[in-house]
Amino acid sequence: MSRGDALYHPNRRLRRSLGPFFGAACFLATLTGVVVLAVFLASIFFAALGGTVHPVWDSLGQAIRDFLTLMSRLITNRQSSNPAIAGFRVGLVGTLWLLGLVAVIGIPIGIGAGVFLEEYAPSGRLKRIIQTNISNLAGVPSIVYGILGLALFVRAFGAKGLALGPSLLAGAFTLGLLILPTIVITTQEALRAVPSSLRQAALALGATRWQVVSGHVLPAALPGIMTGAILGLSRVIGETAPLLMVGAAGSILRLPKGVLDRYTALPVEIYNYAKEPDRQFQMITAGGILILMLLLLTMNAAAIVIRNKFRRGR
Amino acid sequence: MSLSEPGLDQRPPAIPDDEPSSGPDPDPAVLRTRGLQVWYGPSLALRNIDIAFPRHKITALIGPSGSGKSTLLRCFNRMNDLIPGARMEGEIRFDGELISGDGADPVALRRRIGMVFQKPNPFPKSIYNNIAWGARINGYRGDMDELVERSLRRAALWDEVKSKLHRSGLELSGGQQQRLCIARTLAVEPEVILMDEPCSALDPISTARVEDLMDDLKDEYTIVIVTHNMQQARRVSDMTACLMPDETAVGHRTGVLAEFSPTDVLFTNPRDQRTEAYITGRIG
Repeated sequence: MSRGDALYHPNRRLRRSLGPFFGAACFLATLTGVVVLAVFLASIFFAALGGTVHPVWDSLGQAIRDFLTLMSRLITNRQSSNPAIAGFRVGLVGTLWLLGLVAVIGIPIGIGAGVFLEEYAPSGRLKRIIQTNISNLAGVPSIVYGILGLALFVRAFGAKGLALGPSLLAGAFTLGLLILPTIVITTQEALRAVPSSLRQAALALGATRWQVVSGHVLPAALPGIMTGAILGLSRVIGETAPLLMVGAAGSILRLPKGVLDRYTALPVEIYNYAKEPDRQFQMITAGGILILMLLLLTMNAAAIVIRNKFRRGR
Repeated sequence: MSLSEPGLDQRPPAIPDDEPSSGPDPDPAVLRTRGLQVWYGPSLALRNIDIAFPRHKITALIGPSGSGKSTLLRCFNRMNDLIPGARMEGEIRFDGELISGDGADPVALRRRIGMVFQKPNPFPKSIYNNIAWGARINGYRGDMDELVERSLRRAALWDEVKSKLHRSGLELSGGQQQRLCIARTLAVEPEVILMDEPCSALDPISTARVEDLMDDLKDEYTIVIVTHNMQQARRVSDMTACLMPDETAVGHRTGVLAEFSPTDVLFTNPRDQRTEAYITGRIG
């Protein structure tokens, strides 16, 4: 027995059991998300089938056929007060328009701002203030962006010539503004993750700052930047509140003809159907949510594929 | 001191200061500093350095941590400019041309004074593009394949990589990566190569290969190497400068040049007491 033994109370059993206990707690926490998502998807799926109660395995083929018929109808039909023919076509097209416009407007500006702040801006008080502001903007509720978009883009503070009205462009500007902080911050984080040894190596060969950024830093940061951009766009798909503010009306029956045309979006239509008292509309609402989820999952999958592709390329 | 050989003390200094000589190259020193001081913010990192690196020789910079070896090295290709708050005073001349101060263009300078870093840092690109990128951004118009082969041959790497030029540079071993970095530097045809502890991340065999390579390269290039390894300084260098932290500095470390002598003199018969204490292992 060594001299120190009297002073130590190893308590090994308790210490050993703490690890598995903590691990199990974390596992349960993980499970919560997965289980909730599974239950949610299953319930939406059954709601979309119009409350078919008989066991699925009895008529699985029939159930899947019913489901596909319903989904294709929802995609091809316009809005209607008759649940038998109601669909999401106009909203879906509007959402795809918004997605494209925001991708063209918001992403280049966000990436540009991120590159400037991280690679060019001299560090100092001004940069710190801008940085803090951007971080705060990322946390501003989306309805506030809706009000901003209404004043700035829809009405242009009353300037007649500049006001865009409740048009696709006004909606896209508003949503672009909404996801801008997210894109700026993810771009900055991706750039910061590029090792400084890479920058030094390039500079030491006589590269200018732009050559370093375009030749090495941006390519190395691209997977991270793309992930941020796609996650930002995923948010565009789901946002409802700011669109209600800037005039994505519920009852639009024709497809938008151009960027200055009126429009509606998928989540706005889902919201409107959900308000209907007729129980038949619950099925329509559930189908709309499934379309939305499908779009989101596709985009997230695209983000993962792009990231892996670029990582392998290195 | 037991090692002292009286004859060595009388050896003339390797670089005759300001003495005009015949031949095409009037100044045997490629790089020359006068009254060089470097600040990081408020603290002085290097005090009053006067040193001249001879052409086509290898000069080693040794000294304990914090003595400013790397800071001195990074003055010559203006890499210290990238550190916020870093400030340089005094003058540095490269082939007689002033390269310190606002008048000199660091981008133009860095092509002519290349640098190899402590940790091998190849670009995450193919071996071929690791070499070609530097040439391309500097507007190289010649035969790129030929330049890549020549650079890799000069870095003694060609035979190991010629069959996989389009594989990633990151797939190579540490020692090969460091030689790739040397080849990348050679591709832009510098006159001086600065090496910042180039072997500290390498195993002894890779280190030996890099040292052999340096010996080959000194026919065409002037090499300045920072090293913590005194054996290495002894093995590879012709001249050695020993930097020491100034004991009078308070709250930060200021490096001063303790001694600058031919390597064999510095290691056998140092003039400076601090140098002697350092190389015999009593301090540092």
